[in-house]
Amino acid sequence: MQEKVLMKGNEAIAEAAILAGCRHYFGYPITPQTEVAAYMSKKMPKIGGTFLQAESEIAAINMVYGVASTGKRVMTSSSSPGIALKAEGISYLAGADLPALILNVQRGGPGLGGIQPSQADYYFATRGPGHGDFHVLVLAPASVQEMADLTAKAFALAEKYRMPAMLLADGTMGQMMEPVALPDPVDLNGEAPEWATTGTKMQRKHNIANSLYLSPAELERTNIERFERYAKIEEEEPMWEEFMMEDADICIVSCGITARVSRNAIVEARKQGIKVGMIRPITLWPFPKKPLAAAAEKVKSFLCVELNMGQMKEDVELAIRCKKPVDLCFRVGGMIPSPDEVLAAIKNAAEKEA
Amino acid sequence: MREFESIIAGFGGQGLLFSGKVLAYAGLTEGRELSWLPSYGPEMRGGTANCHVILSDSPVGSPIVMKPNVLMVMNLPSLEKFENDVVTGGMIFVDSTLIDKKVARDDVKVFYVPATRLAQEMGAPALANMILLGKLVAETECIEWASLEKGLKKVIPARKADMFDLNMKALEVGKSYCG
Repeated sequence: MQEKVLMKGNEAIAEAAILAGCRHYFGYPITPQTEVAAYMSKKMPKIGGTFLQAESEIAAINMVYGVASTGKRVMTSSSSPGIALKAEGISYLAGADLPALILNVQRGGPGLGGIQPSQADYYFATRGPGHGDFHVLVLAPASVQEMADLTAKAFALAEKYRMPAMLLADGTMGQMMEPVALPDPVDLNGEAPEWATTGTKMQRKHNIANSLYLSPAELERTNIERFERYAKIEEEEPMWEEFMMEDADICIVSCGITARVSRNAIVEARKQGIKVGMIRPITLWPFPKKPLAAAAEKVKSFLCVELNMGQMKEDVELAIRCKKPVDLCFRVGGMIPSPDEVLAAIKNAAEKEA
Repeated sequence: MREFESIIAGFGGQGLLFSGKVLAYAGLTEGRELSWLPSYGPEMRGGTANCHVILSDSPVGSPIVMKPNVLMVMNLPSLEKFENDVVTGGMIFVDSTLIDKKVARDDVKVFYVPATRLAQEMGAPALANMILLGKLVAETECIEWASLEKGLKKVIPARKADMFDLNMKALEVGKSYCG
């Protein structure tokens, strides 16, 4: 760990990616994540890396596909409408079993939407952002420190499981500054993984980065193999944080900026004698089902706080098998609930169960 | 003031986000918990701009300041927008050269500083923000004065190091101003 510095979330991600050994960035500007590209454009040329502003988001994701096939750490970043454009490329990466990092600093939608913070891409990210049967790892930071830490984590997980990872942040996380202790630089030993397309030197069979299988039997086999890997990930990799859950009657489930707002509301509700806590998913896929199912045995109800119309609520209901009621507190379109609004929702839930 | 929740607002180009950064860096040198959140939007030079700065002794929850205990404003729209959000007992710092309206509330403490005029008098018209910030830090004692100096050193880029003394002087002008 290095000495704490002040950085914007977007800058922390860019620096953390470089420290994690990423030397290739391809992107196209869009608010509210343009600082990532700006940072990369300054740094990459100085350290022998690649910064390239592509002609479009689609071009950028396909450049990522190219570098990923050589086994090098590579990333792209965008915001909601730009990520939608990358969907085809993300599916190809997943189909070719290639690791890569995709950063989505979400803004309001649908369509061109707005530029203020949102969590409206939850379904899009967690259900496999593209055509076909697949998942990407989805990590949701709730502080600038996590923006840095989860960047390194995402690269490592993506490589471990040979699949794309998406860092799902929002405009607030990208724009705010907080103290952050950047991770130490990762020393990648420089050896390409065995599947990388780096040239055979006439000494081995050549590798192919490919997602085209014209034989249905073979395509079925790759799909099934991939989902066996996914099952292992769902078992081993979920990450979450619990806050004041020991004696909680109400369990808030929230990620990113709304988890921060909820924290204020919980502290206030506790002062008023309401036993409320929070389970904050850090990985959205794999979703932390186990702690939620365990909480369902103890709490009286759940309350999802989201910047969408209740997308995560569905995952909570699935995780707890609808054993307990799940309420929803939301704002959308770039609006963010105040701690008072969340507190009102907590009180409402407390009254219902009483 | 240990639990400091502020909004710093005015026109784009007045250096308000910069002022907030100086505070945030000063807080960092003291090892405080803190956040700095800028408004981002279609605003540009001449439009409205603001930032939310929180300094605290415990981890910061939401970085969005809904109920500031300190407000610093450098244009009338910002005063009108945020005046009523300030908590009872809070403080408002007004650049009285640019805003001739008085704060209507009597449950907050208001400091009128002709920051823009004072900045012009010291030959640095762009530093009205620092003059007002100097007054803010002197009155709220949200951070040690010495930390402000350290914070400023971190915010001013090396290529503009010669600006440090002038900024420091502007802070002092604000600190010693008695309306």
